[in-house]
Amino acid sequence: MEKRTDKNSYTVIFAIIMVLVVGSLLAYLAASLKPTITENQRLEKQQNILYAMGVNNNDESSAVFVSTEEAPKLFSDKVSEQIVLEVKDGKMISQMTRQEYMDANNGQEPYLIDVKKQKSNAKDGKARKLPLFVGKNKEGKTVYVAPIYGKGLWDAIWGYVAIDENMVVQGAYFDHKGETPGLGANIKQRYFMDDFYGEHLLTESGAFKGITVAKGNADPKNEDKMDNEVDAIAGATITGDGVSAMIKSDLKLYKPYFDNLKKQAN
Amino acid sequence: MGLLSKKDAALIKDPLADNNPITIQVLGICSALAITAELEASIVMSISVLFVLGVGNVVISLMRNIIPSKIRIIVQLIVVATLVIIVDLVLKAFAYELSKTLSVFVGLIITNCIIMGRFEAFALGNGPWRSFLDGIGNALGYAVILIIVGFFRELLGSGTLLGIPVLGDPIEKTGLYAFGYENNGFMLLSPMALIVVGIIIWVQRTRNKALVED
Repeated sequence: MEKRTDKNSYTVIFAIIMVLVVGSLLAYLAASLKPTITENQRLEKQQNILYAMGVNNNDESSAVFVSTEEAPKLFSDKVSEQIVLEVKDGKMISQMTRQEYMDANNGQEPYLIDVKKQKSNAKDGKARKLPLFVGKNKEGKTVYVAPIYGKGLWDAIWGYVAIDENMVVQGAYFDHKGETPGLGANIKQRYFMDDFYGEHLLTESGAFKGITVAKGNADPKNEDKMDNEVDAIAGATITGDGVSAMIKSDLKLYKPYFDNLKKQAN
Repeated sequence: MGLLSKKDAALIKDPLADNNPITIQVLGICSALAITAELEASIVMSISVLFVLGVGNVVISLMRNIIPSKIRIIVQLIVVATLVIIVDLVLKAFAYELSKTLSVFVGLIITNCIIMGRFEAFALGNGPWRSFLDGIGNALGYAVILIIVGFFRELLGSGTLLGIPVLGDPIEKTGLYAFGYENNGFMLLSPMALIVVGIIIWVQRTRNKALVED
């Protein structure tokens, strides 16, 4: 006798029921947990921006954020202004303050701007909104934190870079979605992120050059801050190239703002 | 072993050595090569697989009499994917930091051949308790190899263990590095993991000739 479970009709019905059960279970879970997850991501953004600004609980070797309880208060205290620049074809077309941006966007805070979406807007020839967070770091120096976004070996990588008015890096935070653990995933380790501190984004003549994550550079101790290079991670070439590329493509867009800043100062 | 009968105890013990999922069954090689550049990643992956394989084996075992044999592989895949996604979602909501550490492993767990292999080879034909023991045993066997490989790759490749420098500072030339020792960058790449696994298989089969096939 044929087994009951071998019948075609049984197989089809089993498949349909299983898909329905699993599908609705996952949909229900995803929908009911979404508010909590979104809130976690919002706090994480604040922690990331604060981290790049130098507001963190780092110990000697590992990167530690300020706690999620403290983050909202510290964020409103330390970030004195959130500027939104609009850039099209490499030219700055407008500049908004936080209030102006929020009035125009149903009260959405500028730090919640989806960098990935803005980047694809720019690809389609539309204007790209660039948030910039202004605050003072531990030494009391004014720093500007810019979000950057790009791709690594497997998936998205992103980061927040704090620079001063001469476009010298004052702090950096990198993160990734799915880089290889132990290799590319190490871009979020202190030894890699700390190397960026003090690196110049501009050449001596003032042109934008970015920072290259370089293999086999002659400066593993990273003493030469003018070489526009940091030491790469062994075994993570493509992730490192991704970091170089997103620094080059995204931070370059902020250069007009800093040029203006200089003009006004003179 | 008062708690387990001799047969049940074998389910836990065999996969640790003579029926090891990686070195004998040759399952789960992909993740053993991919994520063993650091000891910490090896340990995290081991714990994740322990959890998914233990629970997954029980679920499949409970469903074994109603699963249509024609689509059993798909059913197994759905069970493991659902389990992993649920855990990932719950962690994202209530243990965000932990979920960030684990997120890269999620895809690797779902596609881990050990999980599908044990569902297919064991859980479909055995009761929940024995399946659970089999899952735990195989996950531990997997963990042993991962940790051995991770230990040697991190030690020889980066000169650290769990991120802590143990051989001195390669840039300041202290400790072992003062005598001209250098980290072997090749250890960080996947081919070296395969060679380390190969050496483990060699050692194991030299010690136990019964494992050698013609």
